[in-house]
Amino acid sequence: MTITLNGEPRETAARTLAELLDETGQAGAKVATAVNEGFVPAARRAETVLSPGDRVEIVAPRQGG
Amino acid sequence: MPVFYGTEIASALMLGTAQYPSPTVLAEAFRRSGAGVATVSVRREAGSGDTAQGQQFRALVEALGVALLPNTAGCHSVREAVTTAQMARELFGTNWIKLEVIGHADTLQPDPFGLVEAARLLTDEGFAVFPYCTEDLVLCERLLEAGCEVLMPWGAPIGTGLGLNNLYGLRSLRAQFPEVPLVVDAGLGLPSQAAQAMELGYDAVLLNTAVAKAGDPAAMAEAFAGAVAAGALAHRADPMPPRDMAEPSTPVLGKAFLT
Repeated sequence: MTITLNGEPRETAARTLAELLDETGQAGAKVATAVNEGFVPAARRAETVLSPGDRVEIVAPRQGG
Repeated sequence: MPVFYGTEIASALMLGTAQYPSPTVLAEAFRRSGAGVATVSVRREAGSGDTAQGQQFRALVEALGVALLPNTAGCHSVREAVTTAQMARELFGTNWIKLEVIGHADTLQPDPFGLVEAARLLTDEGFAVFPYCTEDLVLCERLLEAGCEVLMPWGAPIGTGLGLNNLYGLRSLRAQFPEVPLVVDAGLGLPSQAAQAMELGYDAVLLNTAVAKAGDPAAMAEAFAGAVAAGALAHRADPMPPRDMAEPSTPVLGKAFLT
């Protein structure tokens, strides 16, 4: 199915948000996630099922003012 | 020294982490600034593993040994700001959040209505909200009612370096809220402007561009540290009231009569 990951279309076989992070190689990384503009805590990634067209955001610490 | 949500910070200077020429310069600027708080943000991460930017940056800021204040920079809606704050809390392990809800694209002026709504939602979720706001008195009252225990009015628009644009407004806030920690956030370009904020009785100043974009960021960081300390000391020393007419400082009595 096709989802939108960080603003870009992405073809994925992942059924859940946790599987998507496995796919991107970020399962062990310190990142935070949101699906369709709502925050998904790390503890809920495995139970968060993805659907076609979902908008997923994966973010990490960055410089800020 | 300022106390934010029960935590005392060792310096009245708060410094941003963006726009430095290199991570080494950033670290040196922090060392010479003596800053007690570093602002940080969250952004999209594409890479993975130890080489990913976010993981490297996290290690860098943790090594600074200062309190981290994540922001919601660039958020224009309440929903966006709340979700960003939630992600930042998980990433940085702190419930502190510098809340930005931008209302105007050119001036980056805060959206006062969205700001109050987002502050209320986040306070209810246990966040310690540091609202980036204007110096509007009624807005600041509403933010306090929403649960904010700190106010961070702008000096001038972000990145302009124009200093304190509305002295009356900032002085008025200080007078109205003597017990609330007040931080001038944004718009400072020179150490003298930071000193001026501290002389008004502000508890701290927060700046980024003025240091990061200076020719020598580490030297400018130290200059700001000196100015903030001088301004704070001057405030405690109870400055003389200004007056319009001259008043001789040297005694008139006893002057030799020479014509």
